[in-house]
Amino acid sequence: MAVKDYIRERFFPHMWCPGCGHGIVLNSLLRAVEQLGMSKNEIVMVSGIGCSSRIGGYVDFHTLHTLHGRALAFATGVKLSRPELNVVVPMGDGDALAIGGNHFIHACRRNIGMTAIVMNNRIYGMTGGQFSPMSGLGISASTAPYSNIDRAFDVSEMARAAGATFVARTTVYHAQQATEFIKKAFLHEGFAVVEILSQCPTHFGRRNRQGGAADMMEWFKENTVPVGSKKKLENPALIERGIFVQKEEPEYCSEYAKIVDKAMRG
Amino acid sequence: MERVRMVFSGSGGQGVITAAIILAEAAVIHEGLNATQSQAYGAAARGGATRSDVIISEGEINFPKVIQPNVLVCLTQQAYTTYYPILRPGGLLLCDTRYVTTERKADAWQVELPMYQSVMEQIGKPIVFNICMLGAVVALTDVVSRDSVMKILKERIPAGFVEINEKALNLGFDLGQAKKR
Amino acid sequence: MSQNIKFVQGNEACVAGALYAGLQFFAGYPITPSSEVAELLAARLPTQGGKFIQMEDELSSICAIIGASLTGHKVMTATSGPGFSLMQEALGYAIMAEIPCVIVNVQRGGPSTGIPTQVSQGDVMQARWGVHGDHSMVALTASNHQDVFLMTVEAFNIAETYRTPVVLLFDEVIGHMREKLVVPQEGEVQLVGRLHTSVKGGVDYHPYLPREDGRLPMSDFGGVHRYNVTGLYHDMWGFPSSDPKVVHGLIRHLVDKIENRANLLAHYKEYFLEDADRVLVSYGAPARSALHVVKNRRARGERLGLLELQTLWPFPTDIVREKCARAKAVVVVEMNMGQMLQEVKKAVEKPEQVFLANRIDGVFITPTDIQNILRLIQGKGV
Repeated sequence: MAVKDYIRERFFPHMWCPGCGHGIVLNSLLRAVEQLGMSKNEIVMVSGIGCSSRIGGYVDFHTLHTLHGRALAFATGVKLSRPELNVVVPMGDGDALAIGGNHFIHACRRNIGMTAIVMNNRIYGMTGGQFSPMSGLGISASTAPYSNIDRAFDVSEMARAAGATFVARTTVYHAQQATEFIKKAFLHEGFAVVEILSQCPTHFGRRNRQGGAADMMEWFKENTVPVGSKKKLENPALIERGIFVQKEEPEYCSEYAKIVDKAMRG
Repeated sequence: MERVRMVFSGSGGQGVITAAIILAEAAVIHEGLNATQSQAYGAAARGGATRSDVIISEGEINFPKVIQPNVLVCLTQQAYTTYYPILRPGGLLLCDTRYVTTERKADAWQVELPMYQSVMEQIGKPIVFNICMLGAVVALTDVVSRDSVMKILKERIPAGFVEINEKALNLGFDLGQAKKR
Repeated sequence: MSQNIKFVQGNEACVAGALYAGLQFFAGYPITPSSEVAELLAARLPTQGGKFIQMEDELSSICAIIGASLTGHKVMTATSGPGFSLMQEALGYAIMAEIPCVIVNVQRGGPSTGIPTQVSQGDVMQARWGVHGDHSMVALTASNHQDVFLMTVEAFNIAETYRTPVVLLFDEVIGHMREKLVVPQEGEVQLVGRLHTSVKGGVDYHPYLPREDGRLPMSDFGGVHRYNVTGLYHDMWGFPSSDPKVVHGLIRHLVDKIENRANLLAHYKEYFLEDADRVLVSYGAPARSALHVVKNRRARGERLGLLELQTLWPFPTDIVREKCARAKAVVVVEMNMGQMLQEVKKAVEKPEQVFLANRIDGVFITPTDIQNILRLIQGKGV
């Protein structure tokens, strides 16, 4: 199938702002699905609330557009009730890590076989440019007019610490790498987190004098390095890209199947 | 049979609630009677005051709590002090001689039995103290048969423990039988 | 037959009813006095190939059952007051997205942590109005274990028939008390299964287009129809819409499908109402105290009756009006500050003749409490 066959064409053009990085995430995701030759009927996309969550409207899968922060909780019900389905959960940074932070760490801990994609643009776009748990110190936002004093999370570190068994990070500048990581995440048996840095020129870029979309993508190129690069030692401010965790641990649904066997034997 | 309203009281961990449940279950499952069992408890699983209400009746039971019991079992001094005043005039009060020192009250049938002491002397396992108490209650009240209680014990208790429970039930039954009027 | 007679807690009667109804998926979080529901299902569901999951909180518990319902399973969660508060957000989602699910709330005293091991019926209005926005709601209750079983089965039947969440509003007395339950034989109580669409793959399927009988056939996630489910106002394919006609049509549909069937959904029991000049109206465990009073007073020749409500929402206005029409006085017996009292007053012709017998101190209302109110009313010459 062509990439085009995986979208709901009638809903295009999409609702994201010109220059938004989320369209590139959609592109990378569709290419991953296409390259793996997945069937549309076996994919369930569960999203929360925010700009990121609207991705579900554009893909021709089973799509569940839920509540702010709760996508992983709904997805857990979908996956455990039908483990043969491929469940993918795109989330924004505020969605996944502020209001949904508790669900995020517990999904990591359970190691339930789903793919979480954190579309991290470090801002609440849909509600008008408020700071998120990913904005970081010194950032200007509509709720941080005197500069932000809230420290940021490191999503990948948190996912690793909480027990996720596949953790990777890249940016929308590195769209092909994003496709590779999403493919690996889909094939991974366990809870996979792919963090993709994405730009919001409308709110984050404008308020923080980062220029237009192209300038912000340029920033991703200049300020990220492959994991283990020597440049990181020289300049600790650089952000690492790559696969941080990839390990085999018992997956939740498989473990529950054993519980069912045990219970049925009496 | 007239309606029997019972209150079992003691402290958490003595098995007061378990005994109440077994009695009521025996009435329902093996005697074709109606029964309700309810309990009041605080946040602590061990220690603290425990109370369980049981009503056994041939007819339908609506209000499931006991306000004035005609059978009151007290396994601690605190339980005795708290609940003695609510005993229905002429009702049965059953206490354990080790744990409770009673005062005389004219209009109650007071039975004080060395249940704990007998369990320790003849079985050596304090865990079946509650079943011994149940044996005494069954003997004193005839509310259900000893057989019915034994059937429930066999259903609920792991096979390895049935024997000491049966011993305790019989022990209590004999103690109660001796005091029967 | 005797193996079908059980001596159980109300919470276990609820579990027995849910399994009888075909429960396949449960997600929950421990909270007194509902925890036995989760404990029993953790043990029993996997023996039948069902699934149990303990989630990180009540927010996620109700979200998880909604997800599992969409894959074609009968689902339930159970909680108590504080957890029920947390579930309101997703309860609204289930209403909006029309997802069949059952939410058990074994009530305790509130607000806040309140009094966890004591009885209350303080969540009656929260069950109705806890969700933000205009909506309707189905909530059932029961006063004994046989009815707990039957109302639980009925909750699943209503949830599947009308594609709606159904709240089971039990209380601590019923949840924890033990009494007899006779589990019906298979087939003895009618069950409603998931209505699946007959539309073939490749043909346009409308998940939100009601049939002539009002029902909306579903298609399981993972099946041949790929559609969208959202908490936004949506069109018949499930895609977001802010078209005023669509918005108006959907809210009317969501409310009317319940409110227009208030009489059909009304479950109740009546005792000695034919010639009653004073009527007690009660529900849940307090209806037992009320029935005790009614039987005692009848034995003395007084014309007292009881209307026991099992469907709380949608409120059975017509039935309450009709059953109370001949009464000189109506006394609502409940364990709150008069939440149903107001509904009864709205329903009857003479609201000034409706009185309250209640208790709000965590102690179960006694027959004496009710009799005291009856005496007071008599003193007033009503």
